[in-house]
Amino acid sequence: MKLLIKKGRIIDPSQGIDQIGDLLVEEGIIKGIADDIPSDQYTKVFWAEEKWVLPGLVDIHVHLRDPGQEWKEDIETGTRAALYGGVLRVACMPNTVPPNDTPEITSYILKKAEEKGYVKVYPIGCITKGQKGEELTEFGRLKEAGVVAVSDDGKWVANSEVMKRALLYAKQFNLAVISHCEDPTLSQGGQINEGFFSAKLGLKGIPWSAEVSAVVRDLLLAKETRQPVHLAHLSCKEVITFLRWAKEENIPFTAETCPHYFYLTEKEVDGYNTLAKVNPPLRKEEDVLAIKEALKEGLIQVIASDHAPHSVLEKELEFSLAAPGMIGLQTLLPLSLSLVKEGWLNPLRLAECLITNPAKVINIEPPSFKSGKKAEFIVFDPNKQYVLEPTLIQSKSKNTPFLNKELQGITVLAVIGEKVWELNQPV
Amino acid sequence: MDLTSKPQHVLDIASLSSEEIKSFLELGEALKEILKRPIPKVPTLRGRLVVLLFYEPSTRTRFSFDRAAKALSADTLTFSAKGSSIEKGESLLDTVKNLEAIGAELVVIRHPMEGAPHFIAKHAHIPVVNAGDGTHEHPTQALLDLLTVKERLGDFSDIKVAILGDIKHSRVARSDILAFQKMGAKVYVSGPAHLLPTSLEEEYFRIYPGGFKVCYDPKEAIRDADVVIALRVQRERHGKPLIPSFTEYQTFFGLTFKELELIKKGALLMHPGPINWGVELSPEVEQYSFQVILDQVENGVAIRMAILLKLLTGGKTYEVTH
Repeated sequence: MKLLIKKGRIIDPSQGIDQIGDLLVEEGIIKGIADDIPSDQYTKVFWAEEKWVLPGLVDIHVHLRDPGQEWKEDIETGTRAALYGGVLRVACMPNTVPPNDTPEITSYILKKAEEKGYVKVYPIGCITKGQKGEELTEFGRLKEAGVVAVSDDGKWVANSEVMKRALLYAKQFNLAVISHCEDPTLSQGGQINEGFFSAKLGLKGIPWSAEVSAVVRDLLLAKETRQPVHLAHLSCKEVITFLRWAKEENIPFTAETCPHYFYLTEKEVDGYNTLAKVNPPLRKEEDVLAIKEALKEGLIQVIASDHAPHSVLEKELEFSLAAPGMIGLQTLLPLSLSLVKEGWLNPLRLAECLITNPAKVINIEPPSFKSGKKAEFIVFDPNKQYVLEPTLIQSKSKNTPFLNKELQGITVLAVIGEKVWELNQPV
Repeated sequence: MDLTSKPQHVLDIASLSSEEIKSFLELGEALKEILKRPIPKVPTLRGRLVVLLFYEPSTRTRFSFDRAAKALSADTLTFSAKGSSIEKGESLLDTVKNLEAIGAELVVIRHPMEGAPHFIAKHAHIPVVNAGDGTHEHPTQALLDLLTVKERLGDFSDIKVAILGDIKHSRVARSDILAFQKMGAKVYVSGPAHLLPTSLEEEYFRIYPGGFKVCYDPKEAIRDADVVIALRVQRERHGKPLIPSFTEYQTFFGLTFKELELIKKGALLMHPGPINWGVELSPEVEQYSFQVILDQVENGVAIRMAILLKLLTGGKTYEVTH
């Protein structure tokens, strides 16, 4: 079968391409890009005028909740949400029940992803057994089973010696080390950003110093060991100074943020809105601005969703009892589009943050439009305006502050090999 | 049950306008007379059902609401966390839905978690009154404090109120700081530095320019004050002790005769209770302060009558003269 994408804006960060043109796919393989490719009667043509044609997004911060919390999400629904969001590769965090700290759990995830998954799944293993921060997991056996990175996501490895050992040992197996930067002695019991709204609502605040002090320690260990650390979901202004310092010092690191940290402020939690409860917390306008500047400056290179499904059982509760986190696979690209609309990044640089840079962190070859590669791409309509109604959401959980809110931009086509999905079409 | 009209709630001082506060005070003042009658009871709320939902231990506030409801002839049901389905793990939301189903017309809630009253107000079809939520607010306490000050001093303009103690973890402080400023008074707070609002938080507490000041020196807060509110040291609310010792607290932040010399003559010394004598208040000031503190308790009943009446009748039909 031949598939011809006509007159789209073709963006491929791995080749630095950003041009209007046609893309031809044959038998699930990229044939090439040209200004005008003629079609014949055997070709299925998809008109992509005013639309973006992008390699599939790579989201390296996703919670699939499988095994153990399948009422929130499972590998099938989570990867379907990814597909509908244009995310064709996901790396899933290890805080499942039980946590992914053994090759058996990794194998379970990969087997189920093979059978039921819509997109490719890359498991992330724990840094320490049971995420307890004490003993390292079997990095070698986990790698053999298929993990691409290690992280105690949700928990910072507070013992500095253990973290140092993890950085050194991970290098031997070419595993990325992803750190959830939060000093628990400063954040314990915290519910929202410390400041105006914690004063107003009487909720315990989480200060920015909890994030920054953890980042600085991790950067020092990266400098000392000469092993890279990936800093997950950065959220605050004060961290930027230290990223700049690390860059000047040539410290090996990569940094990530999520759309909610450059799109929302702490005022979303007013009225005790548990849908806006997330960790790290939503911060102030000045933090939002600083995160955008850091993306522009290249100090933060990765945008990930931190897709964190929770059911009403964990969200329709007293604020302090509600679980932190929001789903994000289907809003990742629409919200990130705001960076282009506001002039912070051009589409090519945005695509780097969503495709090539995250792939680099976990050492995989990103999807691309190079001839001979497997087709793995999406068509995205950046102009489409719509309301994010619950029926559009493919996750089992609907926990997002964007529920029933107006969004712009939606994925209309996804192609993986010979499989083609026309998505999000109006009914 | 009327599912169409939105019930009115009293959730926090932050969402009450100064006009609303004034009308509660006026009504409270008028209703206080009932409590002084030989038979201190009127039939206004006969047959109405008020539920007192207490997820935290309380004597004064619970009795006060109960007394207020009964003085208006309402029926009350009291749920305390101990000995109810709450112990069996029933969720707050289910509990409230069940209470509505058995005919509750108003819920008074005390809860250890901030925003619990707001959460049920979102889902309930009946008025919700916050009787203290975690470290957030305690609006009826602030209203009774206002009533006590109004009775004694007449007016709020040019009044300096000093609040001493653990401001950060005090729901009384959070409500009082806003309430006194909304009525035109100035509020100065002091206490151990780590238990005071940070500069980031001050922005929220300041209702008008010059209306709110954080003082590192307790003397600065109480000097020439018209009202001094000593907060209870909340031993039970901190996971671990946040002050080095009670002796240290009494020495540097407690109120003794020495401190009383600084405040204005005739100033009021208040406390939301229960008092830790020898910690925030030295026993030697008992004579000076205790009558006002008992007045606060009495005014508490009156102000809660006002709230029940207003929320259950829309404030339209109160006959207090017969």
